Amino acid sequence: MKKSVFLGTLAVAAVSAGVAAAGTLEDVKARGELNCGVNTGLVGFAAPDANGNWSGFDVAVCKAVAAAVLGDPSKVKYVPTTGQTRFTALASGEVDMLARNSTWTFSRDTDLKLDFIGVNYYDGQGFMVRKDLGVTSAKELDGASVCIQTGTTTELNLADFFKANNMTYQPITIDSNAEGEQQYLAGACDAYTTDISGLAATRASYADPENHIILPEVISKEPLGPAVRHGDNQWGDIVSWTLNALIAAEEYGVTSANVDELAKGTDNPEINRLLGVEGELGKMTGLDNDWAVRAIKAGGNYGEIFAATIGEATPIALARGLNAQWTQGGLLYAPPFR
Amino acid sequence: MSTSQTAAFVRKDMLPPKDPPTSQAGLVKWLRENLFASWLNTVLTLASLFVIYLLVTHFYPWFRHSVWNANSIAECRTAIAATWGEGATGACWAMLRERWHQFIFGFYPPELYWRPIAVFLGLLLAVAPVLFTQLPRQMLLFSLTYPLLAIWLLWGGSAWPVIMIAAGFGIGYLALRILGDISAILAVVVAIVAPVLFWLFAVGPLDEVLTKVIPLAIEPVASDRFGGFLLAITIGAGGIALSLPLGIILALGRQSNMFLIKSFSVMFIEFIRGVPLITLLFVASLLLNYFLPPGTNFDIILRVMILVTMFAAAYIAEVIRGGLAALPRGQYEAADALGLDYWKAQRLIILPQALKISIPGIVSTFIGMFKDTTLVTFVGLFDPLKGIPDFIRADFNWKGIYWEPFVFVGAIFFILNFSMSRYAMYLERKLKRDHR
Repeated sequence: MKKSVFLGTLAVAAVSAGVAAAGTLEDVKARGELNCGVNTGLVGFAAPDANGNWSGFDVAVCKAVAAAVLGDPSKVKYVPTTGQTRFTALASGEVDMLARNSTWTFSRDTDLKLDFIGVNYYDGQGFMVRKDLGVTSAKELDGASVCIQTGTTTELNLADFFKANNMTYQPITIDSNAEGEQQYLAGACDAYTTDISGLAATRASYADPENHIILPEVISKEPLGPAVRHGDNQWGDIVSWTLNALIAAEEYGVTSANVDELAKGTDNPEINRLLGVEGELGKMTGLDNDWAVRAIKAGGNYGEIFAATIGEATPIALARGLNAQWTQGGLLYAPPFR
Repeated sequence: MSTSQTAAFVRKDMLPPKDPPTSQAGLVKWLRENLFASWLNTVLTLASLFVIYLLVTHFYPWFRHSVWNANSIAECRTAIAATWGEGATGACWAMLRERWHQFIFGFYPPELYWRPIAVFLGLLLAVAPVLFTQLPRQMLLFSLTYPLLAIWLLWGGSAWPVIMIAAGFGIGYLALRILGDISAILAVVVAIVAPVLFWLFAVGPLDEVLTKVIPLAIEPVASDRFGGFLLAITIGAGGIALSLPLGIILALGRQSNMFLIKSFSVMFIEFIRGVPLITLLFVASLLLNYFLPPGTNFDIILRVMILVTMFAAAYIAEVIRGGLAALPRGQYEAADALGLDYWKAQRLIILPQALKISIPGIVSTFIGMFKDTTLVTFVGLFDPLKGIPDFIRADFNWKGIYWEPFVFVGAIFFILNFSMSRYAMYLERKLKRDHR
């Protein structure tokens, strides 16, 4: 260890920081492990269990990519990142991809030199209040104190919303979700605001969920998606189309249970191309033709992942809503596999 | 004696001592003197009693309603409601029952827990001869080899690189012994250059050959598996062990007459003290990645440990400088008059006195540094205070747990820091006695 450190320091002098590495795909394959930046802990999206095994909605994306690239969904090194460190960790190469409920925004995509490769969860910001407050709409929150997490897009949305509606509010800044819940329960703020998915999980965890309501207004668009670095389009394509494969698989009825059966060949040419029976789609990305089969087997298609981690059968009980397939009135729309 | 014959009454035996009046003895006296001496004193006492009463009535039920057997916070709530009635609140220690190992070891593989435990017991054994001079001096040999042994046990992998590092130190020591008789400067130069050359060029090939011949390896554990108190104690103990010598050198450097050494020490100390620790941690975790070539595997715990060490060393240096400044000039002049060279004078006369004066400051710096290790949570490491509880809360079963981890982690930190401070008091007393 000592030696590699010393050599590394020497090499700094020789290699300038700007020199691009070999492609991320080659790096990952050589390492035999995918470095995936995840949340340090968010109910339903990323959480390690008592044995240290990670699971969750975002984690499933990491697993699918690892399965597609390396052939084994367990070959992921989860790098927990905080709100402050997540983008730098990606930009500096500490992680190969980020699947950390990060909102796709203009400045992040351009100025921070990230590429959001798609959306795996359409979220939006909402408010939770105590029922006995007598408030039924966010428009009635004039003058309220609001618990708000610092350093997130939600903080800016909140300011925009109150400004646009000509209302005032008193922000109670908090550092983490847990602290926010505690402050809200202790009555330090009238309303707690964060993404609706987070509010639903928080409400479900309370001893008296019936005494709290989530107001109907959704004040922002929060398309949460995995991100990769600017400049390595091949790697971006792989992550992007792995996510698309999971979404398309649900649309075409390919599940982890029947994928092996369907991979033998079906009457539907689109499924055949997706699963590599026809055409050479996998080869075009630098992988083999079975990549999508492995990605789907890792945790199932999008619908299966959703149901297992945050869906209505789980305690978090999120409805599909915007995250249904376009054929079901949602926004999920995978481009054609052709 | 002569008056005894004329006296009407002579007491032949001593009166038994009488109890002092109740107002002048025992509890009553103590209360009067300490708690109710004046009206202001009385008011303050009553006010304090009231505050204590409030605290106890507020917190006692919470502890009394503790639940130890449950699988989720919802079960805890049900159990508390069933036993103590609706609306009762209580501690849900069941979370600790299920997750305590993550507070202690983080994600360290459970079947390998014996390794950190052995390292911790070894740490006690290794510091014992350093802390208590009455123990046999031979134990110091173990203390010297312990750091490398601990590194190998904690991170695992092949033993050869660690043995090679030890061999490098051995080469340096040999050079010092053999060449020391010929020329002191030559010996020092060779003792530094030879091991570095050895580590740079000989270790790689030697390691390969030796690993092929005798594969001496245990299962490797990556740094991202470390967490909780294992992480805090690893960083804390490593930082403490490294920062004291570095701090002494910096303090001496700042006092030095040599311009380069003096200005380097001053710049280092003032820079580090002028920058918040969090900044340094961010530098360790993020900025270094930009500078190092891609693919360099520079361990995050090592990076953090180096910066924490530098941070603590700068403070220790200033504490020791205070000790050095407190020594009368005569001590330095006496050392010169005896004809001692610089290092001998420092080692035999100046430092023993200066360090003794600095003990309280040094220990409080150590305690502060140990507590600061929880800041590593901001660079995504799982510290016991915030990192571990945050991901435990991310499990829906335990979402809503808030105070229990703080109480538990706070208690352990208190025990560790309190022992450090008690040891410092013991040391001060002992050194004072030696000087009488």
